[in-house]
Amino acid sequence: MSVHRCFQRHESALRLAIGTGILVLTLTTLPAFAGLGEDVSSVQSDRAHMQGALRITQAQAYAVHEIQSPNGTVVREYVSASGKVFAVAWQGSWLPDMRQILAGYFESYQRAAQAQQTMRLGRRPLMIQQPGLVVQSGGHMRSFVGRAYVPDMLPQGVDVEKIQ
Amino acid sequence: MKLATAFFLFLACAMALLSLACGGSSAHTNAMTISTSGSNVQPISVNSGANGDYANGAFTSVSVCAPGSTSCQTIDNVLVDTGSSGLRILSSALTVSLAQQTSIDGNSVAECLPFVSGFTWGPVQTADVQISGEKAPSLPLQVIGSSAFAIPAACSDQGAPMDSLAALGANGILGIGVFAQDCGGACATTGASNPGLYYECPASGCTVISEALSQQVQNPVILFAQDNNGVIIELPAVTTPQVSVTGSLVFGIGTQSNNVLASATIYDVDGFGNFITTYKSVAYNQSFIDSGSNGLFVLTSSLTGMPTCPDADFFYCPTSTQNFSATTEGATNGSSGTINFSVANADNLFNNNPSAFVFPTLAGPNSLSGFDWGLPFFFGRNVFTAVEGMQTSGGSGPYWAY
Repeated sequence: MSVHRCFQRHESALRLAIGTGILVLTLTTLPAFAGLGEDVSSVQSDRAHMQGALRITQAQAYAVHEIQSPNGTVVREYVSASGKVFAVAWQGSWLPDMRQILAGYFESYQRAAQAQQTMRLGRRPLMIQQPGLVVQSGGHMRSFVGRAYVPDMLPQGVDVEKIQ
Repeated sequence: MKLATAFFLFLACAMALLSLACGGSSAHTNAMTISTSGSNVQPISVNSGANGDYANGAFTSVSVCAPGSTSCQTIDNVLVDTGSSGLRILSSALTVSLAQQTSIDGNSVAECLPFVSGFTWGPVQTADVQISGEKAPSLPLQVIGSSAFAIPAACSDQGAPMDSLAALGANGILGIGVFAQDCGGACATTGASNPGLYYECPASGCTVISEALSQQVQNPVILFAQDNNGVIIELPAVTTPQVSVTGSLVFGIGTQSNNVLASATIYDVDGFGNFITTYKSVAYNQSFIDSGSNGLFVLTSSLTGMPTCPDADFFYCPTSTQNFSATTEGATNGSSGTINFSVANADNLFNNNPSAFVFPTLAGPNSLSGFDWGLPFFFGRNVFTAVEGMQTSGGSGPYWAY
């Protein structure tokens, strides 16, 4: 199945749903998945371990693509009207594949996480607040929750507290 | 509901006012004792740790022996962590040879365990472990920072490795939380529902396997012959920064005269290891207690009105010390209790107390999960952690009580 065609199906369904308010679409096939900062129509190839149900809901300024992994972890990608993933959020017993969902921002995330380990020793939530990348990751063994977004890419009027 | 919560808060404050000031630093009304003797009592110390620069870390020592042998070693400066389960030891701190666990195919087993701040990677080995008078024979544990097996891509894709003394600040992590194993049933399954924590490592490289519960890295407490249903962490009240403080890790709940629940309130814990904390009528149901978190990580800057520190986004730096009150609640059992806490300017704490490593008012933001009640929560409060599935005098775990 072409990833592109998969998205087009969602898009037309989305248009259909605009009149009725909220759209819930469940697929049992491999979901299209784009990482942070990526264009939703040029998604990277699907990863077998992320296969699961995809649900799309439309908010005023963006669409939320929610993927429920078979291991229970839920990843939500926030897609702007221009088709860019400007934020991702996750929640579950296990961390998602961070490289996949942070895409081009993963290396920055990894470097910042490494730097914080030794900045002031101690274990705590991870708070990365850079001009080009914000990551807030918390929880503990068997319960992880977090969000990441690119400040410059936030659609106007989006409340970052709603990204979760 | 909001009214009821507000009324409860009012009542709790009114009651607290009768005895002490409401909204002051965490006032604890139950008489608190710290056990210092008994075969189930292990001394712990909050100090600068193995790397000499750890803030709010509780450390202890464990004895590890090659299974069935007298080849033993005592490892000190191991972080006492109720936020995880299982013993993890830095390979650089290990001088005895332990027994490598092997898979059904005869290959060495290794593990990738994600923490929030990074992952630990390394072989699963077994040891006879002793802490105080309690023995966990043939305990599967993780040796981290070992160069025996290259880190698989699926593991390093989770973040940054915590594989050195500089990154960990401890010689190991003693996970004695509510879970019996670090992964549990999910890792014993095959296919897409397996989160992929356990690997077997033939010469061709490490690949994910399913790992039986009994083989998993697990809470050492459940392997004790007695006092195996949970732990108590007992630390004294701390009101100002200190160089170090000492306390006890007591094994068992209601199994000895020194570990009775008495008047402690039981807060049950959900399947994710969380309970509820309510602040200003908003319930945060992914809240938890974790001795391995080195501060009180609560809410956000916008919710608390406190900025983070200019040089550290992970701590709060209010202009003056701020007092808060929140209500902790069981995940389902309806119990609740008010917790008062104070948050000081972290930069001032560090700069004004350069020789201190114990900070009762160290706090930071926590974004989505609400309240991470870290080590300062334990100061002046005996905290019971009952392991899932274990029977105690207060019912079956998992729960926290204080």
